[in-house]
Amino acid sequence: MKAARFALTHLLQGLALVLAVVVLNFVLVHAAPGDPVETIAGASGGMSEELKAQLRTQYGLDKPLPVQLGVYLGKVVQGDLGYSYFFNLPVAGLIAERVPATLLLVLSAVLGAFVIGTTLGVLSSRKPNGWLSQLITVLALIGFAAPVFWMGMMLIILFASVLPIFPVAGMRSVASTADGLAGALDVLHHLVLPALSLALVYLAQYSRLARASMLDVLGSDFIRTARAKGLADRVVLYKHALRNAVLPVVTMLGLQFGNVLAGAILVETVFNWPGLGRLAFESVLRRDYPTILGVLLFSSIVVIVMNLLTDLCYRLIDPRIKTA
Amino acid sequence: MLNSPTSRRRALASLIVSACALTLALPAAAQEPKRGGTLVVGTTQTPRHLNGAVQSGIATAMPGTQLFASPLRFDDQWNAQPYLAETWKLADDGKSLTLNLRKGAVFHDGKPITSEDVAFSIMAIKANHPFSTMMGPVEKVETPDAHTAIIRMSAPHPAIVLAMSPALCPILPKHIYGDGQDLKNHPRNSANVVGSGPFKLVEFSPGQRVVMERFDKFFLPGKPYLDKVVMSITPDAASLMLGLERGDVHMLPFVSVPTDLRRLKDNPQVTLTPRGYEGIGPMNWLAFNLERKPLSDIKVRKAIAMAIDTKFVTKALMAGFATPAAGPIVASSPFATNDLVRYPVDLKKAAQMLDAAGYKADSGGERFKLTIDYLPGVDDQQKLVAEYTRAQLKKIGIAVEVRASADFPAWAKRMATHEFDMSMDFVFNWGDPVIGVHRTYLSTNIKPIVWTNTQSYSNPKVDELLNTAGSLLDVEKRKVHYAEFQKIVTDELPIVFVNVVPYHTVAGKKVGNVPVSIWGPMSPYDEVYLK
Repeated sequence: MKAARFALTHLLQGLALVLAVVVLNFVLVHAAPGDPVETIAGASGGMSEELKAQLRTQYGLDKPLPVQLGVYLGKVVQGDLGYSYFFNLPVAGLIAERVPATLLLVLSAVLGAFVIGTTLGVLSSRKPNGWLSQLITVLALIGFAAPVFWMGMMLIILFASVLPIFPVAGMRSVASTADGLAGALDVLHHLVLPALSLALVYLAQYSRLARASMLDVLGSDFIRTARAKGLADRVVLYKHALRNAVLPVVTMLGLQFGNVLAGAILVETVFNWPGLGRLAFESVLRRDYPTILGVLLFSSIVVIVMNLLTDLCYRLIDPRIKTA
Repeated sequence: MLNSPTSRRRALASLIVSACALTLALPAAAQEPKRGGTLVVGTTQTPRHLNGAVQSGIATAMPGTQLFASPLRFDDQWNAQPYLAETWKLADDGKSLTLNLRKGAVFHDGKPITSEDVAFSIMAIKANHPFSTMMGPVEKVETPDAHTAIIRMSAPHPAIVLAMSPALCPILPKHIYGDGQDLKNHPRNSANVVGSGPFKLVEFSPGQRVVMERFDKFFLPGKPYLDKVVMSITPDAASLMLGLERGDVHMLPFVSVPTDLRRLKDNPQVTLTPRGYEGIGPMNWLAFNLERKPLSDIKVRKAIAMAIDTKFVTKALMAGFATPAAGPIVASSPFATNDLVRYPVDLKKAAQMLDAAGYKADSGGERFKLTIDYLPGVDDQQKLVAEYTRAQLKKIGIAVEVRASADFPAWAKRMATHEFDMSMDFVFNWGDPVIGVHRTYLSTNIKPIVWTNTQSYSNPKVDELLNTAGSLLDVEKRKVHYAEFQKIVTDELPIVFVNVVPYHTVAGKKVGNVPVSIWGPMSPYDEVYLK
């Protein structure tokens, strides 16, 4: 019963949030000066008045804004995200085409940051004042302080000219149409730098957080008990302490998923990674309203789902939460 | 004369130069184009789709001219060449153009190309293409037999021949695009595109890339030389430059940033050419809003023109890659004239003119205030010149505020609503003046749309000259009309012409036959090869 009510309230809250996001985005997007027909006229190098009026009517831009919002909401409820003004293609299709790239980038960055960050944090918590811990702290501070796009650009400079072992733009080699294993390896090769630059900030945060949390847990009574029982250091550290210390890191991970998506926009733009972030960014420049709204709607749903999943993860890691 | 040392030296120099040219030309001529290979073209322009019959602009034209063939094509001297049409004739009264189509030419799906397809395409372009003046007078296309198409027009329209170019007149298969769906939104504009050009579509990922492969049954035997053409779309010009330097990208058209050009010029791995942009005729200029005071006063406009040193702009701001523009038609066009009203820099005279016109400076040395806008995204051409203009006008007592726009739509809205005093602008001639020049000066084209006559310039004499020139068959007579038009416009100055945009095509050394016809990168790459 409790679990069902939990799921239901969260779902309703989520829906209300999505509605608010759609309305807010709609208003914001339309507040930007200029409209999509102007952009299309620009891409065409000029345009006649008749054609412009025709496009306005076709896109429904001649109707008052509240009517446009109503029409849009009506369509969204039916699962129809509409057509991109710029590409004349269904927005759902454009998003579907870009989702794998963004997921690949974001998940590999987040997981990488989580695993490596926690490991570094645990390592530095073993001897909090040792040289390794100091080194990790310095690196973490640098990683935390550097903006994502700057990190990306520095990586590009390093790997484009000094050490050309990784490609610096795109998701596939420009001329490649390779499928299968060769294609996958090609994508992985391209993934390294963007994932690294996106991961670095979070990696730094997670390592700091894991370190602090580990130190906190290592000082508690049950650890002393475990040690007194004569358990091996390894077991104490990884089985007893880590499991408790990792909770705050998971909280951060869930909460920050939205941030990571936002960071992905920068990284995708810097590395020309063909994901949702770049699509959203370029669509803003083109005033391609349906595409912008579609991407934002999709992202907000992803963030809400991720938060739900985080809640569920808590219950797996810390069984006490279930009964609370 | 040859006895004077300078002329002897000059003669010797020219001899050496011609000798060098000979030795340079010989191995190039001896090199046979090679079959095979993949050409990677980098571009910052995102095509909406690939159907150039309903979408103008660079972005669609680059892949579009590979996929679709047109009745005619043009060489680097503005001469029409046979393409889908083997021969053609513009009637003496200028009201019909007869195209005799090549026999045996087929579309990518193997179906033959007939006059029906030509008729369908031309009427589709007339109905849908953003450049409404291009096919404006066309009434119908007659098809007496499968290989003859006669374009009938209501008035003499010499621009129709140039309008047969690959970038402007793609021939669509009627059996695919004539299914009754709205052509502007036709699903086959982006997927399963079928044309008759040298390459056929393999993949179109919107905003990412266009992959095309050799069409084996292309109607010109032995062509194209390349197996594949990939257009890699990257909004970030810097990463395209990097790609070119790394050798991932072979050709980069439409490069105009002086710092990039300077860097590429010193790179032994690449070649630079400014050729191939004569057709598009890209101009950079300063436009006035004549509805606003005091810009409605011709003396103020002349004083401003006198304060702007176009040579400084092209030499210092654009590192010598650009050339100054003195009139509304680019110098590379056959219709350009030298007989223009020119405004050599003279700050003193400019100040005196403003004084005489009654715009006295106040105690702070300021006469009046103006704003200047600029098109965002091409800073080297637009923002820098706007800043320079501000500095120059300050010297003659005009306080200028530079207004930035966040992005293209924001700027375009200011232009369309005529909410500006002065703005830098970036406008293409598009080959025939009828397409790209008339629109800026005709009083009938003062419209709430970007790249119309947003200056609100109106002169009945100019209207008459342009309308007559547009329908004159005799090239020489047309030239006379356009010459008079150019003189009037440079005298009345709705616009201060600053420079020709220094577009260059940059290509790796292994690229042979870099496209340098008047439409350059917006023409078929059937003769391009990789060494």
